[in-house]
Formats: sequence, C-alpha cells, structure tokens
Amino acid sequence: MPSEVRRVGQISRGCRGEPSRPIALGDCPASRERRDRANHYRCSMTSDSTPVLRIANVTKRFGLLVANDSISLELGKGEVVALLGENGAGKTTLMNILFGHYVADEGTVEAFGRMLPPGDPRAALGAGVGMVHQHFTLADNMTVLENIALGTQNPWSWRLDRSGARARIRQLATDFGLAVDPDRQIAALSVGERQRVEILKALYRDARVLILDEPTAVLTPLETEGLFRTLKMLVARGLSIIFISHKLNEVMAVSDRVLVLRGGRLAGERITADTTRQELAALMVGREVMSPPVAPVVRGGELLSLDDVSTAARAGGSALDHVSLRLHGGVITGLAGVSGNGQAALAALLAGALAPSAGTMRLAGAAVSDWSPRKALEGGIARIPEDRHAVGSIGDMSVAENVIAERYRSAQFSRHGFMDWKAARAFAEELIRDYDVKCPSPDARIRLLSGGNMQKLILGRALYPDPVVILANQPTRGLDVGAVAYVHRRLLEARGRGAAILLISEDLDEILALSDEVRVMFKGKISEPSPRGERSIQQLGELMAGHGMGEAADAA
Amino acid sequence: MRLEPKPAPSLATMLAYPIGAMAATFVISSLLVLAAGASPFSVFGLVAKGAAGSQFALLETLTRATPLIFTGLAVAVAFRAKLWNIGAEAQLYAGAIITVVLGTGLLPLPAPILIPLIMVVAMAAGALVLLGPAILKTRFGVDEVVTTLLFNFIMLLFVSMLLEGVLKDPMGMGWPQSQRVIAEAQLPRLIPRTRLHLGFLIALVAAVAVWVIMKKTTLGYEMRAVGHNPEAARFAGIPVNHVLMKTALLSGGLAALAGFSEVAGLKGNLTLDLSPGFGYTGIVVAMLAMLNPLGVVLAAIFVAGIFVGADAMSRTAGVPSYIAQVMVATSLLTMVVAIMLTRFRVRWR
Repeated sequence: MPSEVRRVGQISRGCRGEPSRPIALGDCPASRERRDRANHYRCSMTSDSTPVLRIANVTKRFGLLVANDSISLELGKGEVVALLGENGAGKTTLMNILFGHYVADEGTVEAFGRMLPPGDPRAALGAGVGMVHQHFTLADNMTVLENIALGTQNPWSWRLDRSGARARIRQLATDFGLAVDPDRQIAALSVGERQRVEILKALYRDARVLILDEPTAVLTPLETEGLFRTLKMLVARGLSIIFISHKLNEVMAVSDRVLVLRGGRLAGERITADTTRQELAALMVGREVMSPPVAPVVRGGELLSLDDVSTAARAGGSALDHVSLRLHGGVITGLAGVSGNGQAALAALLAGALAPSAGTMRLAGAAVSDWSPRKALEGGIARIPEDRHAVGSIGDMSVAENVIAERYRSAQFSRHGFMDWKAARAFAEELIRDYDVKCPSPDARIRLLSGGNMQKLILGRALYPDPVVILANQPTRGLDVGAVAYVHRRLLEARGRGAAILLISEDLDEILALSDEVRVMFKGKISEPSPRGERSIQQLGELMAGHGMGEAADAA
Repeated sequence: MRLEPKPAPSLATMLAYPIGAMAATFVISSLLVLAAGASPFSVFGLVAKGAAGSQFALLETLTRATPLIFTGLAVAVAFRAKLWNIGAEAQLYAGAIITVVLGTGLLPLPAPILIPLIMVVAMAAGALVLLGPAILKTRFGVDEVVTTLLFNFIMLLFVSMLLEGVLKDPMGMGWPQSQRVIAEAQLPRLIPRTRLHLGFLIALVAAVAVWVIMKKTTLGYEMRAVGHNPEAARFAGIPVNHVLMKTALLSGGLAALAGFSEVAGLKGNLTLDLSPGFGYTGIVVAMLAMLNPLGVVLAAIFVAGIFVGADAMSRTAGVPSYIAQVMVATSLLTMVVAIMLTRFRVRWR
C-alpha cells in the first residue's frame, strides 16, 4: 500500500498517532494491530458523534414474512461495516429500503443527519449514498465515460462535456487505484474493470457512503485484493462503506465492524478485531437447530447414482465438475452450499432439464439416455423446483390444469387425445383435501394461491403416486413456519416409504434437521458425505466457503 | 404509475371491458368524423345500416367476414401458444395458389372429391409456410414476428411472379391474373343470387373445431400451457418445441383456408389484390375475440360489418371509407388496453 495513503488514514482516524497497518487478505487472527484499529474507530466515533448513515428500527413485512425485524445500523465516517448473512437473511431488503425501492413498515433512515423520505429512490443518491450492485447496471455498447457521466449532465445541455468528465474520471481513477480507460467500451472490459466503473460512477456523483452488494462474488482472488486496496484508499479519504457479504474471510479482512443478520433479525454485532470467524459463522447460520422427530434410517438400495458426471453451467451458477453421488432408498441426502456453486445444474440434471455432458447417470441401476423431463418422470423422479412461480406452476391456468401437468397424457386424464377434465378436477380435489390446501375450487387460477398452498399442490403433484427418487430444491423457501413443518413432515413420510431424497437448501437448519447424510457443494464439486450430526455448523460453514474441499479449496 | 395484478375477473367484467372498448372506439373515431365535417351519429347510423340494414347488406357482411374468421382463428390459435404469427397473409396466398393450381382443370374430379382434396392440400401448403419460421424459432431462436411478417412480402412477390409466368391466364388480356377455377372446384352459393357461399359454413365449422381442440384435447391443453409459461411447461415434461410445431401447422392451415375460400367461393381466380390485408385484420379479429375461437366468429362479423358499412356510408355521407380502417385499428388498441385492465389494476401515485 502506498505510504501517502497510510498517512492520510492516520490523519483521518488516528487518535493515538500510531500508524495502522494494512490488513492482509485471507484469514487473519485478531492481532494487536487490529485491536488498535478498532480502538481508533471507537475514539473517532466519540470525537465525531454524528454517524453518516443511521438506520433506526427498520421493520419490513411481506405478508407473513418479516424480512427485516427492527434492524438498526449506524455507519461512522471512515468506517467499513460488513453486513453478514445468508441468502434471505434480509440484507438486500434493508438496502432496498435505504434506497427507497421499498417503504419500511416501521423505522427511519437518516443520511448525514437528515431524514430520507421513504419511497424516493433519488433521495439516497442525492444525499451522497452510492451503491455498487452485484449485477452491474452499465450500458454495454457505450464507453466508460458515457456510462459514468450518464444522467449527471444538465438535461437541457446540448452535448456531453467530454474533456471535463474525462479529466475528472482520470483524477478519481488515480486517486483510488481504479485504473480504467475512460474511452473504452464497456463490452470490452473484464468483470473486475466493470466493477471499477461502477465504483467510479458512484464517486463521480460525490458519494460519501458506498454500499457494495456481494462485490467479490464475481471477482478473481487477484481482483478481490485490488478491490480491497481501493476500499482502504476510499476509507482513508473519509468515505464510509457498507460491505455486504456472506464470505467470512473477506468480512474479517476488510471491515471494522460486523453486523450479522439472520432470518430478518439482527443476530449480533461485533467489532471485527474482537471476534473470530467461528463466532461469526455461528451467528450467521444460527446455533439452535430444532429437530423434528426423525425415525432411525433404514438404508435401502441404491436408486440413483452419478459417476464422474459433468454438465453445462446453469442459471449463472457453476457447472457440475466430475461429480459422483449416490442416493439410497430411505435416506435423505442434504446438499448445503452457497447458492451458485452448481446446485442449479445438479437440480436441472435430476429434473431432466439438463443432460450430462460426461459421465454416467444411473436410475435404478440402468444408465439413462435421451434424458428429458418426461424421462425423469417416467423413471419415478419427483421434482420440487426451486422457483414455484416461474417453473413449478403455470400461474394463469387453473389448479386442476396445474396438478395434472406432469401426467396429462396418462390414461387417468386423457384418452385418444381428449382430456378427461372430470378426472382432472377429481384429482385436484383429492390433493386439495389430502394436502390441506386452502383453495376456493379446482378451477381457481393457481397464481391466486399463497406460496404455502401453491407449494403444497406442487408437493402433492410430485409425490403422487409414490416416487422412487425425490428432488426437493429449496422446498420451503419463503414459506411460513407452519407450511415449512408440513413440507418437512411429507418429506420424512416419503423417506419412511423408502424413497431416496436429495434435499438442496440454503437453509442449514433445514439441512441438519432432515438429512441422514450431509454433503456440501462448492464450485461444481461435492464433498464426501457426513452422517447425521457428525459435522458441526462451523465445519459445514468452512466447507461452504471452500476450505477443506480438496483441490476446490485451492481455487477459492 | 404502476400496474398491480388483479384477482380473476368475473364474467361481468370480462364482458364489460370489451363493450367499454367498443364505446371508446366510437368516441375516438367520432373526432375524425367531426373533423371531416359530418355528424358522428348520422355517420355511424349509416355504417350500421350499410352493414346490417338489409338482407343484402347483412349477407355481404357475412361474406366479408368469412376470410376474417379463418385468419382470425389462425392468429388466435398461434397467439394462444405465444407463437406470434403475423404471416397469415402469406399463408392465405399459399392456400389460394394451391386452389388455382389444382382447381383450374388439372384434376378432372367431381366436386365432392375435388373440393375436400383442394382444402387438404391448401392447408398443408399454408402449414408449410409457417413451419419454416417455427423451425427457425425453436432451433435458432429467430424471432418469428420478423420472419412471418417478412414472409408476407416474399409471398406477394412470389404470387406476382406466378401470375406473370406459369399461372398467367392466356385469355386474361395481359392482366396479372390466373385462370378461373372450374365449376367442380367452386363453392356453391348458400343463397342463390347472393355472394354468400359455402365457405362461411366451413368457417363456422372450423371455429367450433378449433374451440373443441383448445378446450377438450391434450393438444389444446399443451398449447395453452406453453403459451402461459413455457418454462413451467417444459419442466412438467410437455415437449414445448413439438407443441409449437403443431401449433404452427394448425395456424398456417387455417389461414390457408381463407385463401381457398376466397378463390373457390368468391373471386374464382387468383389476383394480387385477392386479400386487402385479411391476414393482418385477422390479428385484430383474434385480439377482439380475446383469442376465443367462438368469439372470433363474432369479432370477424363485427369488423367485416364496419368495412362493408363504411363503404356504403361513404357513398352517401361523403366521409372517406378509410374511416373503417381507423375504427378497426382503434378498436384493436382499445381492446388491448381493455384486456390489460381485466388483468391489472392501474395505481397512480
């Protein structure tokens, strides 16, 4: 790190006159320097008491789901606060409230001592809060300069003041180590460079607070280091940063303070220097695991196996990379992992939507060929898709039309190309009764049902009559507690009947409660299984972060 | 302003919105009538009289509606599966070409055999015309709006080439027109000394058949599922691409029947002005009917009535008959808005 930056940093937050050393990337124990840094922060807070950003008691509900439950956050000048939490913990909701995309049910947002009016996206930007989104918001066919200056010019001016803008961008770029040529097209830039453009965009608009949403998700390790250097320069100049992440080592490396969100609640707040990765991991995934009564496992035969299977990538996630997996009857295999590590590809593979590009997939001992959703259904695979709205149901069709979608060609529902709607309606009524679905009639459009009721129907459709293999991909995401328990009970019943179940979930509690063996997915590879109760949450968290995954760990 | 989804509309609103759309259409068209210096009431009265004021007018309207029922059905079937067939015009001409090729004496067969034969081959030709764009869409992701639209022009030029070449009527005094179809290939008049022909009845049968297909068969179910949510349909094991192919075949075949019925029932030969845009007007008809096959019949008669009535009106009121085009186009726009309003609520903020 250049020396002048250290000097500036010292001025801005030093109150003991002791230079703070830059922090190395990676795991780093709470060292003496770091404690000093935290102390600097504490005394700077006392000397400069107004926080640049204050979120006070923000609550946001979506129906029964409480996405943010009375969350408060204060950000001091020159401070880096990490917002840590799993997917669905409420980080994004909180930021959407800050930027006025959502209106909080309760609570207030203040920037630089002034209240931000709720529901006005321009208020936060105008107050000097900039955001770098996980998915960039750049126009590919325009230059860096045009992207940065876009929207900052007077709308009545005839032309873009290119030379002025160029000089300003060059200045900012050299000040903060954000090397990028203002005249290049976005399309020609690497992902890391595009992120620099996003940061420059915020700085160009005089942002004093920068919010980075999972900024390292798309970066290589080298680019990540560069980003962290930039962040330190920004902080040294008095900017404040909120760093949203679920990666422990990065949070430890870059932040002064950590706020941990879990299930919409503030699970804890720690000074980074005073905490450990283990403590943060436990806070993030939750200590207490409620276990429903689970009968002892009766291990049946091997019903589905993957041998050295590779696939194409799916939905922006990793591809499967020489994965071997065995699913046995009567066994629930839980698959944990940070989303985007190949779960989508694995789920698509089992669902029939994706064929292996290498390796062998066997169903009941026979290798599959011409793999398709219909083949999967014929082979007795029940599929509970991750997205019940986009993939699991046809919103504008009726409940009856939806529940027969997987077997409308069977003799039960059609003859000689003509549908038997009476039978379809009777089947829908049967599912509505058996699965306790709140639904006006089989003719109601399915999009009018609540998430829980829709999921019950999808579950009923998948589990009828008696599947051999069950793929349950995020089966309880977004459901209320009652519906979650119901889905769990049905899965355990299917296990009791001897089905082989693959449970893919980002909810570790769910994985631990249901799974007879747990595997972790990271960068398209799958860990060895561990029996129920063998690996602790901390150990699983480490695996999810790519540590101890064998060769995969080297790539992390 | 933003849109929020509404719960399922009741039958009353499903009927109220189209009627409201028609009312809005008349209000908007009134402005143009006023600009032309005439009274909207008398002009619309004359349109109504010209469309349905006499037996002759009514039969003329039904005659005009016949090709629109076929093209409307073609579009309704395709749009239901979200296959955006803008090329009913081209498929119509494909059917017309087959009719003059087979019906001008090439096959000396009696009418009960010849007419069904021509129909089947014409449908196959129309299906084939749409199959190309459907394959391009499913295989390579080529936008079928573009391909089917451009096919209309290709087909018109192709017809022009035929009419100047192999299909040119040697007795046609040099006009670009084909020979007339033989008596055995002609559709009989339903009522003697009027222009209404058997094609109208065939169109009604086609509408009922399409309704049965959409409501009662596995194919109809597949088409609706693919149209509403192709991703979910594919996940559930519905062969989406196959369904789109079948949809294309059905849609192209229906549009071709419009060309067949115009040549065999009304015009007797093929000319370049066989269709004054029946293929495009079919889109309006299908949208007005909210893609309901039986509704297509009513919508086609309505649109045909405006065209026929406006012709009669312009002769007496002096307002150009182009007002019919404006009214039909406006009715499409108001109808699209009405359909949106049955599904969404507009929130102003």
